[in-house]
Amino acid sequence: MSDAITAEGLVKRYGEVTALDGLSFTVPQGTVLALLGPNGAGKTTTVRVLTTLLRPDEGRATVAGCDVVGDARRLRSSIGLSGQYAAVDEHLTGAENLEMIGRLYHLGARHSKARARELLERFDLTEAADRPVKGYSGGMRRRIDLAGALVADPPVLFLDEPTTGLDPRARAALWDTISELVAGGSTLLLTTQYMEEADHLADQIMVVDHGRAIARGTADELKDQVGGSRIELTVTDAAEMETARQTLARFAAGDMRTVPESLQITVPVTDGPEALRQVLGLLADAGVRVRDAGLRRPTLDDVYLTLTGHQASGTDSDSEAREAAR
Amino acid sequence: MNALTMPVADGWTIAKRNTLKIRRSPDLLGSAIMFPIVFVLMFAYVFGSVIHVPGMSYREFLIPGIFVQAVLVSAQVTGYTLTLDLQKGIFDRFRSLPMAPSGVLIGQTVSDLLMNLASLVVMAVMGLIVGWRVHTAPHEAVLGFGLLLLFAYAFSWFTATVALALRTPESFNNVATTLSFPLMFVSNAFLDSSALPTPLRVVAEWNPVSTITQGVRELFGNTSAAMKTADAWPLQHAVPASLLWIAVILVVFVPLATRLYKKAVSA
Repeated sequence: MSDAITAEGLVKRYGEVTALDGLSFTVPQGTVLALLGPNGAGKTTTVRVLTTLLRPDEGRATVAGCDVVGDARRLRSSIGLSGQYAAVDEHLTGAENLEMIGRLYHLGARHSKARARELLERFDLTEAADRPVKGYSGGMRRRIDLAGALVADPPVLFLDEPTTGLDPRARAALWDTISELVAGGSTLLLTTQYMEEADHLADQIMVVDHGRAIARGTADELKDQVGGSRIELTVTDAAEMETARQTLARFAAGDMRTVPESLQITVPVTDGPEALRQVLGLLADAGVRVRDAGLRRPTLDDVYLTLTGHQASGTDSDSEAREAAR
Repeated sequence: MNALTMPVADGWTIAKRNTLKIRRSPDLLGSAIMFPIVFVLMFAYVFGSVIHVPGMSYREFLIPGIFVQAVLVSAQVTGYTLTLDLQKGIFDRFRSLPMAPSGVLIGQTVSDLLMNLASLVVMAVMGLIVGWRVHTAPHEAVLGFGLLLLFAYAFSWFTATVALALRTPESFNNVATTLSFPLMFVSNAFLDSSALPTPLRVVAEWNPVSTITQGVRELFGNTSAAMKTADAWPLQHAVPASLLWIAVILVVFVPLATRLYKKAVSA
C-alpha cells in the first residue's frame, strides 16, 4: 500500500511564531489520519501547506504523488478541501455552489450539473438545493461545504475541523456522513480539537503541539502509552488537599493533576484496585473526608495532558494565553 | 484546457457567480443605480447653480466628469468585494481548486464592468434629462463610453491590488476614500482646472482622471472653444493619453494583483 500523503520536515514561520516546526508524517492510501491538537498547534497550517495554499519555508510534501510546490496545479485536481468555516457562497443556492465548483474542476457543464444534483441528494439537501445558502442551518452549511470537497470525487480529502461549532446532534450526523465517505476508500486527513472525534473517525491519530508531532498511534495505542488506570479523588475541604496530594503521590505512576477549584486530584497508578483500597484507608486514618473517589481508564484527554502538559479541548483563553506567551 | 483558455473559462464561471450575487444582493445593485442618480442631481443643481464655465453650460461640462467619478467609485466595488471574500474563506476553496490563478480576478473585474455599464446607462439617461447632450457623431459617442468602460476595467484591477494588499474591508474603505477624493477633486472633472493655484494646477493637469475626463469630453463634444485646453501633453492629446494610462494600469496591476491573489490566504 503506498502513501497518499507524505510530509518531511515541514517548517512554516510567521515572523516570530513557528507554526510548523519540522513536521513529518505519512498517510497510507485509503486510511484516515486525525491531527489532534488545540488552537494554534499547527493543524490548519499543515492542511494549508498540503493543499498548496501556503508554501512551506522548509521541508517537502507530496499529495497523491504530486509535490506541493512543484506540481501544485496537478495536485489540486486530486484533492478536496473543506475548511474550518463553510467556504461556500452565501448568495448562491446549494446547487449553484456545487455546479460552480464542478466547472472550476473543469468537469464540463453537463457533468457539473449532474454531479451537483447527485451530491445534494446524497447529503440530504435536495429540498434546499435551490435556496440561497444564506438561509441554511449550521449543519446544512457544513454538509454543502463537505459536498463541495467531493465534487470531483478526489482520491485525497482534507477536512479542517469539520464539526467545530456544531451542536452535538449535527456533529453526530456529520460523523456518520464522513464515516460513509471513508468506507468508500478515500484517503482522509482530518484535523480536530475533539478527542472523541478523532477516536470516532480516524485509523491513526497524530497529536500535534507547537508545530511538532508528539505522538502517533491508534486511539488504543495512545491510551496504552499513558499507562493503566487513574484514581480520581475529590475531597470535601480545601485544607485537606495537601494531605490528599501527599498520600496519592506515594502511588503515582505518572504526573498528578490537581484541580483546586473542584478539590479534585487525578493520578495515574499501576495496580488500580489495590492502590485505591490503600489510598482510601490511608486517607481515612489521616482524617481526610473524601467526597468522591473512583477508578477509571485513561481517556484521550489524559493522553493529551500527559504528552503536552496542558489541557486539550482548547478553550480559547487557553490558546490565547499560549499565543501571548510566545 | 490550456494556459490561454483556462483563465477565460474560469473567469467566466466566476463572473457568472458574481452576477448572480449582484442580482441577489440588492444593496450592491442599489448603490450602482442610486449613486449616479444622486450624483447627477446634486452636482447639476447644487454646483451647477454657482459654477459657470466659459462658452457652455456647466451641466454639459460636468456630466463627463461625473461619468468618470462614477466609474472610479464603482470600480472600488471590485476591491471591496474581494476583501469580503477573503474574510469568508471562499478564497481557500478557490485556491485549492485546479483553476487558473487569474480566474477569480478576471471574473470579478468582468462582472464589475457589467455593473459599471448599468450605472453608466442610468447616468447617461439622467444626464439627458438634466440637459446634457452629445454633439459628436454616434461612433464617437460610442468610443466615449468605450473609453469610460476601459478605464473602469483597468481601475478595477488597481482596487483589486489595493484590496489584496490590505485584506480587510475596513482598511480598504479607508484607503480607497482617502485616495479617491484627491484623485477626483484635484482634477478638471468638476472645475476648470486652469483656475487652480499653480502647484494644484500642475497636479490636476497630470492627474489621469483629468486626462480621461478631457478625452471623454472631446468624444462627446462637451468642449468649448472659449475654454482653452491646458498645455500639458496628456490634456492636449487626451484620447491617446487616456489609452496609454489604461494600458499602463493594466500592465502593472494585472500581474501584481494576480501575484497577491496567489498568496492571499483567508484570515
